[in-house]
Amino acid sequence: MSIEPNKSETSADPVGAELGAPAQTPASPAKGMFGITGSGDVSGFGGLVRRQPETGGSPKPYGGYFDEVTDALEEAYPGFADAIEKVVVDRGELTLHIQPEKIAEVAQIMRDDESLRFELCSSVSGVDYLGSDARRLHVVYHLTSMTYRRRVRLEAAVPADGSLPSVTSIYPTADWQERETYDMFGVIFTGHPNLTRVLMPDDWEGFPQRKDYPLGGVPVEYKGAEIPPPDQRRVYQ
Amino acid sequence: MTSSGYATERETTEGRVFTVTGGDWDTITGSIDPLSNEKIVVNMGPQHPSTHGVLRLVLELEGETVTEARPVVGYLHTGIEKNLEYRNWTQGTTFVTRADYLAPLFNEAGYCLAVEKLLGITDDITERANTIRVLFMELNRISSHLVWLATTGMELGAISMMLYGFREREYILDIFEETSGLRMNHAYFRPGGVAQDIPESAIKKIRDFLVYLPKKLKEYEAMLSGQVIWHERTQGVAVLDVTGCLALGITGPVLRASGLAWDLRKTMPYCGYENYEFDVPTATTADVWGRYQVRLAEIRESLKIVEQALDRLKPGPIFIADKKIAWPAQLAVGLDGMGNSLEHVAKIMGQSMESLIHHFKLVTEGFRVPPGQVYVAIEHPRGELGVHAVSDGGTHPYRVHMRDPSFVNLQAIPAMAEGALLADVIAGGASLDPVMGGCDR
Repeated sequence: MSIEPNKSETSADPVGAELGAPAQTPASPAKGMFGITGSGDVSGFGGLVRRQPETGGSPKPYGGYFDEVTDALEEAYPGFADAIEKVVVDRGELTLHIQPEKIAEVAQIMRDDESLRFELCSSVSGVDYLGSDARRLHVVYHLTSMTYRRRVRLEAAVPADGSLPSVTSIYPTADWQERETYDMFGVIFTGHPNLTRVLMPDDWEGFPQRKDYPLGGVPVEYKGAEIPPPDQRRVYQ
Repeated sequence: MTSSGYATERETTEGRVFTVTGGDWDTITGSIDPLSNEKIVVNMGPQHPSTHGVLRLVLELEGETVTEARPVVGYLHTGIEKNLEYRNWTQGTTFVTRADYLAPLFNEAGYCLAVEKLLGITDDITERANTIRVLFMELNRISSHLVWLATTGMELGAISMMLYGFREREYILDIFEETSGLRMNHAYFRPGGVAQDIPESAIKKIRDFLVYLPKKLKEYEAMLSGQVIWHERTQGVAVLDVTGCLALGITGPVLRASGLAWDLRKTMPYCGYENYEFDVPTATTADVWGRYQVRLAEIRESLKIVEQALDRLKPGPIFIADKKIAWPAQLAVGLDGMGNSLEHVAKIMGQSMESLIHHFKLVTEGFRVPPGQVYVAIEHPRGELGVHAVSDGGTHPYRVHMRDPSFVNLQAIPAMAEGALLADVIAGGASLDPVMGGCDR
């Protein structure tokens, strides 16, 4: 059995791709290049200032299939205006920033509405935006519509001790992926049937993928010189 | 209970505990009073020859019927995603390649495509680099499926298949070694291209392999497909239909064996897959037998793609033209493995100071990637491999998450095993082709 390669207009580059801002910009050092302060800087690189890009939403039209997706969701979901914080189009990808408590409702409609049909929840994971967002832990859902061959990203931001509804009743595949997000970031998914650690040992303390969790490691001696562990080396920023 | 060296027993507060390392099932169950002990909990793994690595299955049995199955993973968690955040973007490939060790080139491809999308250079990757990537990914898919055939054969009692599968895989590993210098964990794909060009000797080996493998595949099919034991162990075993697959997020050969022709190489092409002629094999039985047939057919389709890729291979650059991203070294395989070629060392050390500065800056500092996030998915031998990469604008990844198909697919074990026989847990688990390095990352 063979199927045709995707030649529909949905695979074409969305025209709005260049308009958008990054979905969220992580905190980055505002000044300097080498992570070293207090020493005499003769290079001038220590005075470099990094420009922070805009983090607002993208203007309509978004281009490609993105308008169809957002319009269909707006039509099918009465609480659209409250639930959707912003819509970001960047690098040909659509991100819907969702109020965390509404995530399960939105996922339900994304899966069931016949003009959306995101049947597959490809991935659930987290990102820790420590220092750039008060709601620092972002849970990121990547949904795939096999019917329309589309992808969309849902993003919900919660504070460090925050929680949001689990989507396991809608996408059973999110079970282990939410457990991993809890394991690595400490996000609580309410309504999850078995929210325990999945990769780390059960009695582990702390959440390893958070930005304030150290990488760990020991200095290594090689030919008489000592090399510090990776998280204590000088880095270019 | 016998006092043989295979099985020992001890009393605990939770009941009697047996440690079984071999022997017959009867000798264990025979000693248990059937009236007071109806349920047995069996801990299969994490060290068990037929769980494909360090997977642990907690099975609750009534007789030989599994009433509850719970997979326990995480024994091979190595913190690859966390480690990536402390290395520069190019160094990342050496980490991700170690995740799913049977399909290292797919990990690298997914990661490199994500970095390239973040950089906005997807369209600037040279024709030759893309063709080499497709060529090597398909060879890797064949080697991964051969290992699946080998290990599954072993677990279902066809020991000779194990030897044959690993023998054929060696041919492919030789080709990889000839080109990248390494049999596994190649770090061959880099953001912007591939580390070095394919030598003529490797191309000759691939041509030989294209003649060699189809003959061997016929032998394996003759050996397994008509065999009664193979039929009994695979047909109607561990059935999971399309609805179950989609709900549990199962992709790859398992999904295609249930009848849905979903293959990202066709549906959402990348690396120029839309230019190759190949079919997406499917089956409708949704059982272990169907998955076996789909994988065999996929090996044949991959051979077709390899052949086309060889024909498309035209001389040209293998790295992106932008020197601010392209790895400055020209690598070559020397007597002691892969390293900078002598010409490159001679140039930066003896001829051009600017080249030395450029080399130094790019190698020690790396390149900066504009802030933002992307998700790139490719068709891995086990399903959808997704890479979610986030950049803060610096020289290191801010966050990289790998949606590994082994991790997601293992969730199907309870759905396939509960209500079935203990022996079918092995067949069902093997048919998912889990690789724990990828699952636990």
